[in-house]
Amino acid sequence: MYENPDGVMIGLEVHVQLNKLKTKVFCGCSTDYHNDPPNSHVCPVCLGLPGSLPVINRKAVEAAIKIGLALNCKVEEHTQFYRKNYYYPDLPKGFQITQYDFPISSGGYITIEGEDGELKVGITRAHMEEDPGRLVHEGTIDKSKYTLIDYNRSGMALIEIVSDPDMRSPKEARRYLDKLRNIVEYLDIFDGDLEGALRVDANISIMGGQRAEIKNISSHKGAERALLFEIVRQKNVLRRGGVVVQETRHFDEAREITISMRSKEEAHDYRYFPEPDLVPLKISGWAPAIKATLPELPDARRMRFVEQYGITDDHAKALTSELKLAIFYEDVAKKADPKMAAVWVCDVLKGELNYRDLTVDAFKKENMQKIIELLASKKITEDGAVDIIRTLLDKGGSPDEIVKEKGLLKVEGDIVATAAEEAIKENQQAVADFRAGKEKALNSLVGAVMKKTKGRADARTAREMLLEKLG
Amino acid sequence: MATINELRERIHADSSEEIVAEYLEKIEKSKLNAFITVSKESALLQAREIDSKGHEGPLAGIPIAIKDNISTKGIQTTCASKILTGYVPPYDAHVIEKLKAAGAIIIGKTNMDEFAMGSSTETSFYGPTLNPWDTKRVPGGSSGGSAAAVAGGEAPVSLGSDTGGSVRCPASFCGVVGLKPTYGVISRYGLISYANSLEQIGPFGSCVRDVATIFDVIAGHDPRDSTSVNREANYSSALKNDVKGMKIGIPQEYFGEGTDKNVERSVRDAINTLEGLGATTIDIKMPNTKYALSAYYVIAMSEASSNLARFDGMRYGLRTEDSDWHTTFSQVRAAGFGDEVKRRILLGTYALSAGYHDKYYLKALKIRTLIKQDFERAFADVDVLIAPTMPYPAFKIGEKIDDPISLFLSDVDTVPVNLAGVPSISVPCGFTNGLPIGMQIIGKHFDEASILRAAFAFEENTDFHTRQPEGS
Amino acid sequence: MIGKKDLEHIGWLARIELSDEDKEKYTPKLNSVLDYFSELDKAETEGVEPTYHVLPMSNVFREDVPTASLSQEEALSNAPKNQHGFIKAPRMM
Repeated sequence: MYENPDGVMIGLEVHVQLNKLKTKVFCGCSTDYHNDPPNSHVCPVCLGLPGSLPVINRKAVEAAIKIGLALNCKVEEHTQFYRKNYYYPDLPKGFQITQYDFPISSGGYITIEGEDGELKVGITRAHMEEDPGRLVHEGTIDKSKYTLIDYNRSGMALIEIVSDPDMRSPKEARRYLDKLRNIVEYLDIFDGDLEGALRVDANISIMGGQRAEIKNISSHKGAERALLFEIVRQKNVLRRGGVVVQETRHFDEAREITISMRSKEEAHDYRYFPEPDLVPLKISGWAPAIKATLPELPDARRMRFVEQYGITDDHAKALTSELKLAIFYEDVAKKADPKMAAVWVCDVLKGELNYRDLTVDAFKKENMQKIIELLASKKITEDGAVDIIRTLLDKGGSPDEIVKEKGLLKVEGDIVATAAEEAIKENQQAVADFRAGKEKALNSLVGAVMKKTKGRADARTAREMLLEKLG
Repeated sequence: MATINELRERIHADSSEEIVAEYLEKIEKSKLNAFITVSKESALLQAREIDSKGHEGPLAGIPIAIKDNISTKGIQTTCASKILTGYVPPYDAHVIEKLKAAGAIIIGKTNMDEFAMGSSTETSFYGPTLNPWDTKRVPGGSSGGSAAAVAGGEAPVSLGSDTGGSVRCPASFCGVVGLKPTYGVISRYGLISYANSLEQIGPFGSCVRDVATIFDVIAGHDPRDSTSVNREANYSSALKNDVKGMKIGIPQEYFGEGTDKNVERSVRDAINTLEGLGATTIDIKMPNTKYALSAYYVIAMSEASSNLARFDGMRYGLRTEDSDWHTTFSQVRAAGFGDEVKRRILLGTYALSAGYHDKYYLKALKIRTLIKQDFERAFADVDVLIAPTMPYPAFKIGEKIDDPISLFLSDVDTVPVNLAGVPSISVPCGFTNGLPIGMQIIGKHFDEASILRAAFAFEENTDFHTRQPEGS
Repeated sequence: MIGKKDLEHIGWLARIELSDEDKEKYTPKLNSVLDYFSELDKAETEGVEPTYHVLPMSNVFREDVPTASLSQEEALSNAPKNQHGFIKAPRMM
């Protein structure tokens, strides 16, 4: 049982940008702006020009329903858009079109690995809204002399996923974020690698006190850091006999601290009211058809991997934690031993990729299949396989070429036997030590065999032969 | 005042360029202050183009004046506000696209109450528009410039917008015809919102036929406006001089206290005229009418407080000296909005704010339901309702501007129509002390045909619409 | 009834800077309007649903098909201040 000594309660608001749609949520501007100049993907609607009107992108609604269903939410019978009235230079209309009463879906959950086993985190609601523009500050937000605005992002479709305050540590928060991102990636509505694709606001309180809302978190690691800082800060406030006040704080990613945004604008009164320019949606009827097209989600795929391929749950979990990796694994397993494939993809390839900051896109499935085939037929050693993987990542080529170039083909048994005999002859001291009971002395003999075969002998075979001959 | 048909003949015989030049000259010499911007160059250019192409399209070469809250690409659009002075939209409103495609020529942008907030065109940053019938009096509002332009012969037809009577009121005060269509029939794309759940663009003309002609051009579905309805109609074909068997309801509450005796007499005479042509009448009760004004103003101001939040001086409009963001924002708006606009934004902000939302905003929307039901009940028994458009004729400039309540009260007969979203047309039906009187004919949702037919029949059998102010 | 303090708060919520003179001038007018609005309290609305949209419309969509955007030049053409293609706003704090 996790004690939660500081009484930490964390709730997260995650904004997922539907950047795989072709157009923004309320206008026909293209979403493909990431490499274009500022204010070049805007129109009267997303620039908030007087007289312009929003019209809902049907595909954005479908994507919102997908997310709701994937998070085990109920898709509501009646849903509508509201105006949230507040002022910020990135908000071109002086209000944000969002949802309030009647969100598109609510009342779901996801499960994560908690501090003390499986933890069910409630999803309060998942609703649709529009993204504001992007602000550029000269230096930091509190010191900058002016603010530059790019409205290319303005009007991108967002799904805001609000969790219940069920997480009890920054680690759980991070795992929640990992899981959530994993789920939306499976739905093929979002590319997590694009800038601003996933943004997090965190609400955190300790000891039943007031909560602070931390904004401007742009990575999972950042969320964990911001929350760790915030726990320490709030504890210090309490230790000094102070009271934690409810406020919005800005996360400074570079300094890994949160800064109070307290000012008069804190007196928030959003004056929500239904958006007169958009009519209500009655789309719960779409849910069954959308549900039928929902792809297999991470938890289901993990269970299937264990069952279908006989791999360990840890491997299945690691393989399904990234959609691309799961797809890669299944492709490899089609033509290679699934158990070996799981070991080599999870335990070797993933580490080598992480080390190089690469994704699995950098590795061809055919190469993995070939490597496993060479291993299974005992043509190369495990060390040789690792060498091939590294060489493919660093220099390219094909496994066959690398095997040939580096001479990695495993040597035949009689060559190992000859090398073992020679090693015994040439290392009498080690032989004597071994016979005297020093088991470790065998290692130096194995080393000698490996040296003679230039590493192409299988270490286990060499050891067995040595024991036989010394027997 | 020339009708579209008369102009078509002249354009055919002479040229659009000559007609346009005549109107431009008239505007230039006028003291009415009906226009904020006159688009002389582009209008003449457009006219020459149309002349060279052979006058195709239902409005080929016909000049039209546009209220200055309707976006016109390349022509300054100010909403009669300092805050938008110099704003040149990079796009055309849906109605402007339609008019251009029909061959109409935009001759200028007309004066109005700032952001359409008023019933007298006195709150304009560009000064009041004068009533052509008596230049000491207001033309009504908020589309006062558009109505005065038609009455004063400065444009044959024009567009206004009607949030709570802003087309019908000036039509009544200026002695012209003005139509507020059913909510959703004309796209609002490009109309700068005052209160978006209430307003519609509407045409002005010197006769019902001209109004129907413009309406035919600008009505219709627009996928860029989510509240735009998809129905086909030909409104001009509804113009039949025949009201036999038409059932007219007379809502008692519209002839109440505060209604000028001469206005009441003229409207009742007009109803008698229609009865004489074969219509039948019955008295109707609409008991929730007394709540309409308050409900209307709460809803309009609430929506306005949000609609006008975009005027921050960043992307367009007035910019004052920079301080921090929130202070700059507040100063831009302090400097850019006039008093009436500020007051309405403040009241709307209050009505939506925490603790008051239910008392004002939500309550007003519930009353809106009751008022809508009043109309539904009435239209179960009758085809159209007839009532005064305004309780009195045009008042003097400055007479009501300092008393917000008395100014609100002048909208008592027009706002229920906007709350219910039904169509209404105001037509001239009499005079008192040389000032025109208007009556409004109100119809069911989407039944513009009936109100146009009643208005047309009335016009065919009377001559109020043919009278013109001196000098027009 | 609203007083000077309320008016200051509303002015801040609406982002309209009010001078002392404005406050003097507006308070009685705003109060006379609010007084008039108290008429609303007399209406019996128990069980009445609010009308947000006057026509019973629902499910209006556009398809996910790109349309032309404005050029950067058009987008910035009305902006009082801009820099390197960005719109320039005052400092935040």
